[in-house]
Amino acid sequence: MCQDCGCSDIPEGMVKIHAHAHSLDRDHPHPHDHEHPHDHHHEHITLDSDRRTIAISQSILSQNDRLAERNRGYFMAKGISVLNVLSSPGAGKTALLERTMSELRDRLKSAIIVGDLATDNDAQRLRRSGAEVIQITTGSVCHLEAEMIAKALQQMHLDGVQLLAIENVGNLVCPAAYDLGENLRVVVFSVTEGEDKPLKYPVMFKTADIVLISKIDLAEVVEFNRDLALHNIHQIAPQAKILEVSAKTGLGMQDWCQFIEQSLQKSLAV
Amino acid sequence: MHEVSIIQSMLDLAFDRAESQGANQIHQLNLRVGAISGVVPEALQFAFDSCTEGTIASDAKLEIEWVKAICYCPQCHAEFTPYDWVYVCPRCERLTHEIRQGRELQLISLEVS
Ligand SMILES: Nc1nc2c(ncn2[C@@H]2O[C@H](COP(=O)(O)OP(=O)(O)OP(=O)(O)O)[C@@H](O)[C@H]2O)c(=O)[nH]1
Ligand SMILES: [Zn+2]
Ligand SMILES: [Zn+2]
Ligand SMILES: [Zn+2]
Ligand SMILES: [Zn+2]
Repeated sequence: MCQDCGCSDIPEGMVKIHAHAHSLDRDHPHPHDHEHPHDHHHEHITLDSDRRTIAISQSILSQNDRLAERNRGYFMAKGISVLNVLSSPGAGKTALLERTMSELRDRLKSAIIVGDLATDNDAQRLRRSGAEVIQITTGSVCHLEAEMIAKALQQMHLDGVQLLAIENVGNLVCPAAYDLGENLRVVVFSVTEGEDKPLKYPVMFKTADIVLISKIDLAEVVEFNRDLALHNIHQIAPQAKILEVSAKTGLGMQDWCQFIEQSLQKSLAV
Repeated sequence: MHEVSIIQSMLDLAFDRAESQGANQIHQLNLRVGAISGVVPEALQFAFDSCTEGTIASDAKLEIEWVKAICYCPQCHAEFTPYDWVYVCPRCERLTHEIRQGRELQLISLEVS
């Protein structure tokens, strides 16, 4: 379609750039059978200049978005609920998942995909929780993409699995832009990181379905201002549910596990 | 730095199209980038410069059109432009997370020969 006038009889993808004025038009073919003011240019490739414009108008992440939708379809068909767990490095994602999977062990069959730049330490830790664990080593890529998830899925035995947790690479910036096909985005931030974390990483927090304040056992030691933190999260991410947890003492884990089980039922109900 | 990934995805798209249209050189790439797309313009330019080296876009210009965030208040049924990261409706002062514009990360067009 012609981007300028909306007419549809232009060869796909090619619009614009007459390097010449229309009054000088020699007998070049004009593909329109209708009249319209020619203040835009299209179609003509050669003549005075061979410089031309190719119209694209496509999202740069469309490839990822397509693959994410495919993952989502796959998860739905298998009845698996998927968490995308995001935080800065060291906020406690692995510890949280270890504890979560251990607590849910008797009630739910779970699996984990963990993304890390290099080592498989997290995977080894997580295996102890009894869940099936697949490690994605991303090398220099600082986030997981839908395609990496699709590849990992091929190696997993997901029959009967109800919950899949994806531990993203520790990074609060770019994983925000990549849909993996998850049901829920879980953004974790620890009390040791400061109350203003949501203000520093608003793009990420705005995508959160739930924000977990982690390492709550350390709140007092670091003089964590709870009210301020809750206020900041709510201002930036009014849509997000907020829970406070400690993977160390287990505080708040019950509410968190309950939340997971409820969301599982919801995702199965649709 | 995911700007490199973004630029690479963009170039994949661009080279693919340029090739299928018989172009030998890309002179300019026109991008549309939203205020809450999460990319940093300087980092985009930097990634662009390093990723295009030795390609048909080695001399190309990266033209970025910035689009601001626009929110929607479900209570007032109206759009508004937020001042900052707190998306509060100027009419009813309610917080919203409904975003109508600002997440864009689009390759609009290429100028080629
Ligand atoms: N006190 C306390 N320490 C915790 C808690 N959760 C995690 N930690 C500690 O924080 C450090 C980092 O925890 P991890 O679970 O590895 O954090 P992560 O987010 O998985 O880290 P990356 O994968 O490297 O991004 C470890 O030393 C944990 O023992 C908690 O609830 N309380
Ligand atoms: Zn036209
Ligand atoms: Zn970890
Ligand atoms: Zn990244
Ligand atoms: Zn309002």
